[in-house]
Amino acid sequence: MSARDDILALVRASLHVSGAEAPRRAAVASRLAEAPVGVVPQRGQGTRSQILATFKAEAERVRATVAEVASAADAPAEIARFLRENNLPATLRHGSDPRLASLPWSATALEISHGPSDGDDVNAVSAAFAAIAETGTLALVSGSDNPTTLNFLPENHFVLVFAEDVVGDMESVVARLKATYGQGAMPRAVNFVTGPSRSADIEQTILLGAHGPRRLHIVVVGQP
Amino acid sequence: MSLAATTPHFKDNVHEALTDARLQRALPHARNFIATRAAAAARLPEFEALRDSARAIKDHTLAHLDLYLETYERKVTQSGGHVHWARDTGEALAVILDLCKARGAKSVAKGKSMVSEEIGLNAALEGAGIAAVETDLGEYIIQLRGEAPSHIIAPAIHVTRDDVEADFRRFHRELPADRDLTQPEQLLAEARAILRDKFLSADIGLTGANFLIAETGTSIIVTNEGNGDLAQTLPKVHVVLASLDKLVPTLNDAAQLLRVLARSATGQDLSVYTTLSTGPRRPGDPDGPEEYHVVLLDNGRSAMLGGQFADMLRCIRCGACMNHCPVYHAVGGHAYGWVYPGPMGAVLTPSLIGVEQGGQLPNASTFCGRCEAVCPMRIPLPNLMRHWREREFERHLTPAVVRGGIGFWAFFAKRPGLYRFATDLAMRALHLIGRSRGRFAWLPFAGGWTRYRDLAAPQGATFQARWRAKSGAVR
Amino acid sequence: MAESEAVKPPIRVGLFVTCLVDLLRPSVGFAAVKLLEDAGCKVIVPSQSCCGQPAFNSGDRPSTQAIARRTIDAFAGCDYVVAPSGSCAGMLAKHYPELFVDEPEMAIKATAFAAKCFELVSFLVDRLGVKRVSARYEGVAAYHDSCSGLRELGVRDQPRTLLAGVEGLRMVELAESDVCCGFGGTFAVKYGELSDAIVTRKSAKIDASGADTLIAGDLGCLLNMAGKMQREGRAVKARHVAEVLAGMGDDPAIGEPDAGAAS
Ligand code: SF4
Repeated sequence: MSARDDILALVRASLHVSGAEAPRRAAVASRLAEAPVGVVPQRGQGTRSQILATFKAEAERVRATVAEVASAADAPAEIARFLRENNLPATLRHGSDPRLASLPWSATALEISHGPSDGDDVNAVSAAFAAIAETGTLALVSGSDNPTTLNFLPENHFVLVFAEDVVGDMESVVARLKATYGQGAMPRAVNFVTGPSRSADIEQTILLGAHGPRRLHIVVVGQP
Repeated sequence: MSLAATTPHFKDNVHEALTDARLQRALPHARNFIATRAAAAARLPEFEALRDSARAIKDHTLAHLDLYLETYERKVTQSGGHVHWARDTGEALAVILDLCKARGAKSVAKGKSMVSEEIGLNAALEGAGIAAVETDLGEYIIQLRGEAPSHIIAPAIHVTRDDVEADFRRFHRELPADRDLTQPEQLLAEARAILRDKFLSADIGLTGANFLIAETGTSIIVTNEGNGDLAQTLPKVHVVLASLDKLVPTLNDAAQLLRVLARSATGQDLSVYTTLSTGPRRPGDPDGPEEYHVVLLDNGRSAMLGGQFADMLRCIRCGACMNHCPVYHAVGGHAYGWVYPGPMGAVLTPSLIGVEQGGQLPNASTFCGRCEAVCPMRIPLPNLMRHWREREFERHLTPAVVRGGIGFWAFFAKRPGLYRFATDLAMRALHLIGRSRGRFAWLPFAGGWTRYRDLAAPQGATFQARWRAKSGAVR
Repeated sequence: MAESEAVKPPIRVGLFVTCLVDLLRPSVGFAAVKLLEDAGCKVIVPSQSCCGQPAFNSGDRPSTQAIARRTIDAFAGCDYVVAPSGSCAGMLAKHYPELFVDEPEMAIKATAFAAKCFELVSFLVDRLGVKRVSARYEGVAAYHDSCSGLRELGVRDQPRTLLAGVEGLRMVELAESDVCCGFGGTFAVKYGELSDAIVTRKSAKIDASGADTLIAGDLGCLLNMAGKMQREGRAVKARHVAEVLAGMGDDPAIGEPDAGAAS
């Protein structure tokens, strides 16, 4: 027997089943089809403005910084301000996301580059697929629009979040993924990011900027 | 089993740990998790309900594991990945080594994976001339030191800052000898810079998985550093090494489990990076691995299903049980002698390497129950340890002295009349000997006790004798 | 919770005295009797030995079952079974039913028995509605939560409530009061060095609390902590909560020499 068949046979022997039982198959099929939502904490719920406020508070709690701008066109100036005030180089890399490409970068002094990172970039900006109020989490999806390497390699990561994409909980992001990519299908990578990278491996003291970005600056676009 | 276990010498290990001053200086850090977990749980009113939900999800999954495994495999294949099934350590190593050799791999960047410890992957890779690079800071530190993890989520918890500085100076010879490494931030920055190059040059990225999702064929890892994420994004090949019990039906189910995982582990609401990977790079993708392989390891899990220890398969490796364990606090993780320490290790180790090897661990517990109280998956850890003791007793693996002692005692305990008579005599006698001091510093047959502490002398006649003398017996 | 449903007064309470109290410190048994009688119970003491925990925790299920059967029968005539120990009460109330999963008839019996088993102080407070005892104790005390009582039976606030009403007694905070003392029955002997490491820390915490008296609800833990503190030369007295609540705090503390002659 192949390892596969052997393992499945062992599993079935331990469970005292053949694998053909209709009720078991039905239970599995319906769970996969319905994907029931379990216990969803109240924390992320509420009116639009409450959800946005919770997102901001939770993101700051995990030591991200958050700025709010009225329109996407204000984002480049905000990022330039952040870099200037933190004495960081005026460079920025981003992918081909039209939500980023269409912005007035030339109105700033930033030197813009495009595409994935090879590890030498100090700053990058991505546009989020969604964001989660409950935990202050960003949801980023892979692809040329927002290359995954930009989420991890640069020292400083900026993320644009459109207010209407801020949802209460992870289950709502899952629902959006299904609506976008189809039931049972997924982009190659979904990165849920909750604050800047950290490690507590030296005497359990939290230090920011382990392998991923040291700073995570979130720019929320638009009002509730 | 491949990693050699020192578990049979648990008592020696304990002695060594208790007399290791450096270790004893580092160990208190494990207690920090107690307050952080409590705070995280207190901040979420739904926490207890989520624990119930999490438990139900895993119980359902395990009861239908064969079907979810088949679904999972199909979905991985559909997304362009490959599933390799491995019955045991040998098969898992063979699959991984073959993958490496076929691609001429020279180095493997690793995310944190306890299953890779279980199969002794690093040694096997090195043996085949392939560099295994641990990228989690804690794992990197202990790899330099030639040690095994002493905690499942904080592998270097037994190491002090001073140790890390000394290790970095010893191994990072290419850096100036007079550099300042007094601050933890400086150590972190140095490790980051050194590991960055290793990520970028690795041929293969290997990670574990916290969850495997049947619905979509997705593997999920959680990290705080971002190391596992780089390990699976930068190299051309991503290999996921995971055991069968990591299966979960849907992403919504995973969302439930994620809510209790980090809170129970570090007291975070969510770890910094929760990364969902489904298959290799898609057409048009500018980054990500070109190949995606999953090595699905059984190594004894299938045999645990449906049996006395099946509850243990719900474990999500949060580490809360060891963070709250007085035995773990006293001796740390290495004393347990194999891969998995603490209460979860005390149950799992005999399951995976046999009770002859691992049987000491379930005995070395006071059954204080704190582990069960905090286990997000509500695994009845003390009960499971007791089941191991029963197995040992049935199979006459219990030491003869203990067995004889229990037998002698049980003979009387089953005969209350005789028990009352014999104990009353004995207590009166002991009282006469001990009353002037009130306690004994030494007593025959009680050496295990009086070696470390005094033993209070009895007050004289037993309660039952006095009661009967006083009131004329009820029965 | 006040008095329970259908039980008519006087409530017949079977005292499960526990083997450690029976053998080593009968005064705890008499303290328990006093507290129960003061609360209006009729106390009976059927002939008994041990709850079976040493066998149970050593993996000797057959002996445990035999002991459990005897105990269940011995207390058949009682409305309640009360023990001055969270550990033994936990054995009766939580583990007896588990012993007979393969014997439906016994399982029913054991479950019914388990439902009437309680730890002393929680019985007084939760079942009988006792809010205050009349007792005096001069001292500053720290309370240690023994594991089984705390985690199997939810004994936490009840002893603190009653102790707060003891005249002359000042309670102080004990850091890590919910952490195991390292006793664990046979563990203390089988893994003496490990047990010692745990109780050494406990002893230091007790010392740091500034208390002159340590109070707990389980004699096993008390023997362990008292024995350690005495070996270390600390002057803290160890007493069972029942003794303090029953106003018997003048007797020699655990491990202290006799004041007078043998009884
Ligand atoms: S046994 Fe429970 S507490 Fe321990 S690691 Fe597993 S899930 Fe966490």
